[in-house]
Amino acid sequence: MSFFDELGQYLSSANNREQIVDTLAEHCYLALLPLVLGIVLAILVGWLGNTWPRARGVILVVSNLVYTVPSLALFVVIPSLIGTKMLDSINVVVALTLYTAALLVRPVLDALDAVPPAVIASATAMGYRPARRFLTVELPLAVPVLAAGVRVASVSNISLVSVGALIGVGGLGVLFTDGFQREYFSPIVVGIALTLVLALVVDLLLVLLRRVLTPWDRAAAPVKEEVPA
Amino acid sequence: MIGEIIDWFTNSANWQGEDGVPTRVLQHLGYVLLSLVIATVIAVPIGLYVGHTGRGGVLLVGSGNVIRALPTLGLVTFLFLLFTDSDIAAIIGLVVLAIPPILAGTYAGLQAVDRSVVDAAEGMGMRGGQRLWQIEVPIALPIVLGGVRNAVLQLVATAAVAAYVGLGGLGRYLLDGLAILDYGEVAAGAILTALLAIVLDLVLATVQRALVPRGVRLAEAGAKKEVSA
Repeated sequence: MSFFDELGQYLSSANNREQIVDTLAEHCYLALLPLVLGIVLAILVGWLGNTWPRARGVILVVSNLVYTVPSLALFVVIPSLIGTKMLDSINVVVALTLYTAALLVRPVLDALDAVPPAVIASATAMGYRPARRFLTVELPLAVPVLAAGVRVASVSNISLVSVGALIGVGGLGVLFTDGFQREYFSPIVVGIALTLVLALVVDLLLVLLRRVLTPWDRAAAPVKEEVPA
Repeated sequence: MIGEIIDWFTNSANWQGEDGVPTRVLQHLGYVLLSLVIATVIAVPIGLYVGHTGRGGVLLVGSGNVIRALPTLGLVTFLFLLFTDSDIAAIIGLVVLAIPPILAGTYAGLQAVDRSVVDAAEGMGMRGGQRLWQIEVPIALPIVLGGVRNAVLQLVATAAVAAYVGLGGLGRYLLDGLAILDYGEVAAGAILTALLAIVLDLVLATVQRALVPRGVRLAEAGAKKEVSA
């Protein structure tokens, strides 16, 4: 039987199709919730490092260290660190949130550093208090640098979720363990293809989101060409 | 929890024989180094060619992003069903995943070389090969090695996941411990895997410092070591 016959047979089963849809939905949740939480955490930590320079070194060392810990090792120790059950999906969410934040802390700090001091001074002079200035002036200006990091983090989250299948919570990763145990290519190939498609779709959405969030980038572009620096 | 981990580490049975810590650490290290060498031999020449000539840059970045999105577990289980041998499947999977960071690092490193420096070298009469090896490569070295460090982290993590298809190494403790709910063994495996990743990263950081010419190091001081896609 050729691979495509096998694939056709696999996809013709309603049970299999239901499993694919369910695992895909779980995969989205397990990859995207940590992405959002990780961004928020990285911004909080970045703000801390920006307003309190002495914390900066520690923040960078810790985020490098977190990023160094292998995924499977982090997945299996989280339950004992935060007291959750082994098969709880919270474990994967917490682990991926930490990775996302660890990856984004440096871009956040770099982006905040790159905000021109004159802009901050103008905002202050216009009466913006620090918190409001951070949220409405500094953060939006940091979006382009941050967006690049978020795209890397989203791809890496979407591909890492499947490792969770080894601790029982893995979205599309369940298709891999399933295919392996039954020595069956189809679920594995479907799982890989859907992971790649999901990564691509989310990446395109992020590019779109970045454009929406930074309208001044497009407005400023032609002006730059007319007035060479 | 802490007690279980201490018990596991102080049990002399865990330090001897085929399943002992020294054997497992060396196995893990062996997989990582073997795949790192193969991936470097493949990725560095391609990265140098593309970075030096500027041809195929878009294709390189695009294909690198696709491989980055490949789910580790899916790739390893797929290759295992294909080759029915855990060692071959795992090494091929590891090599595939280690190539993009090294390729991206090499390419980004050469791209980051100031064009006026290359022009000056050309003006002094240096040929293409001389420019590449005496100017571009030394200046690009910190970023190239940054890519290698990313690859090593990826390899240590993936080799642990590959234990699922029967590979030896430290992943055995994680998965075998999970199978019999021995959390002492799971945590010990996680600690050892994380330690190996951190130690290898530190070793490479030292190599990076030793290999980079002093002049480049001074110029790079304070610059970022991160490699982004």
